[in-house]
Amino acid sequence: MRRVDALAAVYPVLESRVVVTIMGATAAELQSLGHRDNFFYLQHAMGLASSMGLGIALARPDKQVIVFDGDGSILMNLGGFTTLARYRPANLVHVVFDNESLLSVGGFPTATSTGSDLAGIAKAAGIPRTATVDTIEGFTAMFASALAAGELTTIVAKVEAVGPSKYVTDLSLLENRFAFQRFLRQAAP
Amino acid sequence: MSPVSSVHSQLVYDALKGCGVRLMSALPETWLVHLIRLAEDDPEMTLVRLAKEEEGVGISAGAHLAGVKSAMLMQNHGFLASINGIVSCAQLYRIPLLMLISYRGEFGERDPWQTEGGAVTEDLLRALRIPFVVLDRADHVAHRITKASTLAASSNKPVALLLCRDLMWEE
Repeated sequence: MRRVDALAAVYPVLESRVVVTIMGATAAELQSLGHRDNFFYLQHAMGLASSMGLGIALARPDKQVIVFDGDGSILMNLGGFTTLARYRPANLVHVVFDNESLLSVGGFPTATSTGSDLAGIAKAAGIPRTATVDTIEGFTAMFASALAAGELTTIVAKVEAVGPSKYVTDLSLLENRFAFQRFLRQAAP
Repeated sequence: MSPVSSVHSQLVYDALKGCGVRLMSALPETWLVHLIRLAEDDPEMTLVRLAKEEEGVGISAGAHLAGVKSAMLMQNHGFLASINGIVSCAQLYRIPLLMLISYRGEFGERDPWQTEGGAVTEDLLRALRIPFVVLDRADHVAHRITKASTLAASSNKPVALLLCRDLMWEE
């Protein structure tokens, strides 16, 4: 499964939701499908996308929040799984695209390439719903069931270590940030 | 009885509440024990207990973008552990942070393990260009917290308040 295909498969249901992504390929690929003001790309601060998602989910329990995380990022904030599990916001779906690689800095293998199981870590941390998927069909089905379940879910989607040809887009970081804030503060339940 | 001042902790808490803070992230440390309990017992406050302080930067960023005012309670060693998040999330994206940092390792510190962090805290805040002020007397607590909150909001940047031994500790 390619990450961009997984993103494309769920893109239509992102329309009314709040989306936070990590930096690099994930941000560039979601933008390539069509940027929207309800998408925020955390273009640094690796590990904190899930923490931002938690902050938004706690502040706006009426909105569904989706975080598109990655193996390299979440490995920098494994303790964050325990914080997510502790407060377990019902309105948060946490997707970890696991390509077993730090792709954007040259493809160095992460610890998931040698067997570390992120869904297992999430489950052991106390995340109530966890799954690992490796096909588009499996991903879209799990994503839909997570949205319907209304319970904190971590989906680890195993994807190929391929990305876009470039990571910098013409959307400036602050333009994205302020438009996203405006969306969030004006968004009706 | 803990020698941590419950009276002064209440002053700090009331000032934060008065600024409109409705979410606090915290990692327990001795001096913060009453503040954390006040937040936990307050139905109007969301308390988020962290595994590591840097998470609090992300949580405050998310809360801010969604319109909820937050504060971060941490020890100065937690500030040291949060620096990448402060720079590459809060400063990069112009996110206001109201950081209340217990200033361990200053004059009077008895714990040997706190002394290195105390020696670098102010220099690091200056290096990061984070405006800060000490809270070491009851009579300026409310005033300084209110002004810090105002500057954080108007500048869209982190600010820090250093909770000092003379305020937090009764000995």
